[in-house]
Amino acid sequence: MARFRLAVRIVPRKGLLDPQGKAVSDALHTLGFESVGSVHVGRYIVIETSADDALAAGESVREMCRKLLANPVTEDFEVESAVPA
Amino acid sequence: MKFGIVTFPGSNCDYDAYHAVTEILGEQAIYLWHKDHDLQNADVVVLPGGFSYGDYLRAGAIARFSPIMQEVAEHAKAGGPVLGVCNGFQILCEAGLLPGALMRNATLQFVSAPVRIRVENADTLFTSLYQKGELLKIPIAHGDGRYFAPPQELDALEADGRVIFRYADASGNISADANPNGSERNIAGIINEQGNVLGMMPHPERACSRLLGSEDGVRLLESILSRVAA
Repeated sequence: MARFRLAVRIVPRKGLLDPQGKAVSDALHTLGFESVGSVHVGRYIVIETSADDALAAGESVREMCRKLLANPVTEDFEVESAVPA
Repeated sequence: MKFGIVTFPGSNCDYDAYHAVTEILGEQAIYLWHKDHDLQNADVVVLPGGFSYGDYLRAGAIARFSPIMQEVAEHAKAGGPVLGVCNGFQILCEAGLLPGALMRNATLQFVSAPVRIRVENADTLFTSLYQKGELLKIPIAHGDGRYFAPPQELDALEADGRVIFRYADASGNISADANPNGSERNIAGIINEQGNVLGMMPHPERACSRLLGSEDGVRLLESILSRVAA
């Protein structure tokens, strides 16, 4: 077993109303960043865990996302590659 | 009849529910600690409002893993009545006992105000003493109350009469202006397929006294009483 660090990005599912993202995008426009199209606000979670290898660590964290970290009805997630912790 | 009111760390409407059951309804109520594994023979389970676990991760996401939720799920499976109000509704959705999810209000603002809701189905365990189409004045107090489910799920809920309450204006119209949080199709409360688990964002337990502005919530509790006792 080895220790790994993995980061998870959780974002509102595409196409769903994202009032937080809209508010940030409006504020950016007000600041003069007129080129900004859309903004989405999500969560970034860093997990340290042990696993046989990086592949297994990734699979375990994806399972965590499906069961707890992301809401399957409203959110999508991406797990970044595992790095040694 | 015995009502079991679950207290999670961060629940803050457990006493309101206790008061409504014992003082207004005149029935027995007990608090159930979230770490326990025993419903103590409660006939009805209430998941009250509040901010369980500080709404960490998502509202209701952590509370659904509280030990007592296993017993609540079994109680629900066996046909026992479960009422989830506000945070309780969020927990029921996170636990998969009700479909869909409650998302951040479209306005991004916490809304604490009396609203009007229309009774869409008066033939349930929780609404039999109301009339279909009746308007109720019940307060809401939430920041994450925007009900969302995919369109086909919403269609199914509507087709099965499982949308129980909708936000309405004073004339009973279901309009965007009357929608306080951007909920899909103005949905304020839904029921499960078996008809024994109700989740709603408005607080009926806070609408049980004229002194507090409305008594419209009383008949929800009395409906449960009349059906379960029968």
